[in-house]
Amino acid sequence: MEIALEILPQVLVEGIVLGFMYALIALGYTMVYGVLEFINFAHSEIFILGAFIGVEIMLLLQDAGLLASFHPALLLFFVIAAGMAVGGLAAMALERVAYRPVYGAPRLVALISAIGASFFLQDGLRLLESLWRNTFYLNYPSLGYLDRTVALTGNLVVPVKSLLVIVTALLMLMGLNLFVNRTRVGSAIRAVAQDPETASLMGIAVKRVIALTFFVGGAMGGLAGVLFGLHYSLVNPYSGFVPGMKAFTAAVLGGIGNIPGAMLGGMVLGLLEAFAASYLSLLTDGAFGAEYKDVFAFLVLILILIFRPKGLLGEKVREARA
Amino acid sequence: MSRAVGALGAFAYVAGSCLWAYLRPQSVIAFLCFETSLLVLYLVPAPPWVKKVLGAGTLLLLMPLLGSVNAYYLEIAIQIGIFVALALGLNIVVGFCGLLNLGFVAFYAIGAYFWAVFGSPQANQFIAGNIFPLSPNWFFLFLLLSIALGALTGLLLGLPVLRLRGDYLAIVTLGFAEVVRALVNNLDKPINLTNGPRGIAPIVKPPLFFQPWLEFFGIEVAEARLYPFYFYFLVLLFVLVVIVVTRRLEDSRIGRAWKAIREDELAAAAMGIPVVRMKLFGFAAGASFASGMGVLFAAKQVFINPESFTFMESIGVLAMVILGGMGSVPGAVLGAAGVTILNLQLLKGFSLWLNALRQSGAALTLPLIGTFSLSELPVQFEPAKYERMVFGLILILMMIFRPQGILPPSRERNR
Repeated sequence: MEIALEILPQVLVEGIVLGFMYALIALGYTMVYGVLEFINFAHSEIFILGAFIGVEIMLLLQDAGLLASFHPALLLFFVIAAGMAVGGLAAMALERVAYRPVYGAPRLVALISAIGASFFLQDGLRLLESLWRNTFYLNYPSLGYLDRTVALTGNLVVPVKSLLVIVTALLMLMGLNLFVNRTRVGSAIRAVAQDPETASLMGIAVKRVIALTFFVGGAMGGLAGVLFGLHYSLVNPYSGFVPGMKAFTAAVLGGIGNIPGAMLGGMVLGLLEAFAASYLSLLTDGAFGAEYKDVFAFLVLILILIFRPKGLLGEKVREARA
Repeated sequence: MSRAVGALGAFAYVAGSCLWAYLRPQSVIAFLCFETSLLVLYLVPAPPWVKKVLGAGTLLLLMPLLGSVNAYYLEIAIQIGIFVALALGLNIVVGFCGLLNLGFVAFYAIGAYFWAVFGSPQANQFIAGNIFPLSPNWFFLFLLLSIALGALTGLLLGLPVLRLRGDYLAIVTLGFAEVVRALVNNLDKPINLTNGPRGIAPIVKPPLFFQPWLEFFGIEVAEARLYPFYFYFLVLLFVLVVIVVTRRLEDSRIGRAWKAIREDELAAAAMGIPVVRMKLFGFAAGASFASGMGVLFAAKQVFINPESFTFMESIGVLAMVILGGMGSVPGAVLGAAGVTILNLQLLKGFSLWLNALRQSGAALTLPLIGTFSLSELPVQFEPAKYERMVFGLILILMMIFRPQGILPPSRERNR
């Protein structure tokens, strides 16, 4: 019991970091689902693409010997902005190439195309990195100031990188909320999600709004990727898949199509996972350990779908029409 | 007239390609020609009895004959057979019922582990009495049991999730497959059920019940030489049974109900079709094929571990169904054969060829880029490792340009 209490603050921090990560990724799934009603399966690859953009920029700077000469805040801002821009543009390109040609076809068609895109991107990234660096497991260069810790209270010691994730994600989520709820473009996105036909009658360019939605979702995914890389260091083209699945679970947990729901769902799932990873083996006397944390997320998904298929905050998708 | 020409042409093609592959046992192209002969047979205009005789001859005589000159051919044929059965199973779920199952490999894994645990010393870990491995004679009973077990797991999984929207089902099945894989990967403690990532070996092979007859005829073959042929015929038999069952189901009341649900669930329900029950049945039928094939796979491989049952396999089988044509039995067979050949022969062949080029150190002159030595080609670049890319491309291109597949079901072809 004492150990349980002792590690509690660390577990909480870990859970919150994970939760923000999932929330950022989940936004991409939930926004696209809102406007198109389909699972953008390749979103997890947009996420990992962001992580790779970040690592490539930092490695290139390191090779040029410039990494230390930048001001930390400037460097982080630049890397994050680049990750977001590339993530957003890649998501738009994906929509243009793999999804737009199959709109109007049965839903299975678009979903299968998305799965194909996901697989293609995984190996495409691997191919590029293999040709370019002859390896596809990349490590973020260590930045001294990120590895420092801050003691908030007596026994709560938080690494700077966790604070970075939390602060950045919080700012972005608030910004996104303002963007969707307070701007004209944001209300166009909400209008298309509610009813694309009526929206187009009201003079909204639906296709452009869809592209924009992909951009915003992709940018959030790219941001999450950079933060993931900064926090966990090691990235490879396949490491986006599992976080992507969990983020989708988070989106369903909060209610698909529902933006605050995705944030809540991400947070709940992140905390659950951190607790499962730390306490499962304590609770079962070592019989079941942290290796079951992935199973845990999927079990949560199955349970929600059985007992509360509309999620915690209710889903926001248009009713199916005949 | 044209039918006679077709029959003669088909015969010439089958015989010619077989002869070529027999004389040149190392030639990939010759064997590819032989592999396509069944497709040629299927497409050529010829009297049905000619097709049947030629097809049976190809599968029962010529293929084992080629296997006797190059054992790898037999291995490829067995792999194709395994994937044909899996693709046919998934075809029921995705093609007939229109339910996207992304965790199909889970049922395959369940079947494989079912026999692996009891057909090896593994079960002694948790059942007292040191009675395992079971004798080979239990194999066929376990094959039947595993079919039932697969159907049961399909039912248990389908019961809660089949009421949901279609694309949620895809994610739940995917999650289920990950759960199954995580379980077999980690259930070496607290009780050692699956031996974890180390896998299970040796797994008992099926009984050689026909050996007395072989001896009676004075044929003496070493067991190690005999087993590939034995497995080939077992897999062939299993595939034939699966094809017959699928075809009969397709034309039955159940099959028509499945397709009605796929086209319009609401209308189907209004026509009095018990939608959820029919979906469950389709789900269970597909799962039972995969589970049965899993037992054969475990016995053939002798060693299995969780690595054989990744998400990649599920997508591979899905790509087969999509490539051939959703809802089409010949399509599923063609897709399975095509993707397996692509994986086992073409990509590997291409990799070997690139390696040879790399070692030869030849120089290549490209416009714009200039001359560079092939020996500088990164070693990471190996086509056989990029099967995801190939599958991904297949899925996207098929969905955009030919969503009905290469050999679509006849009803859609007439549209």
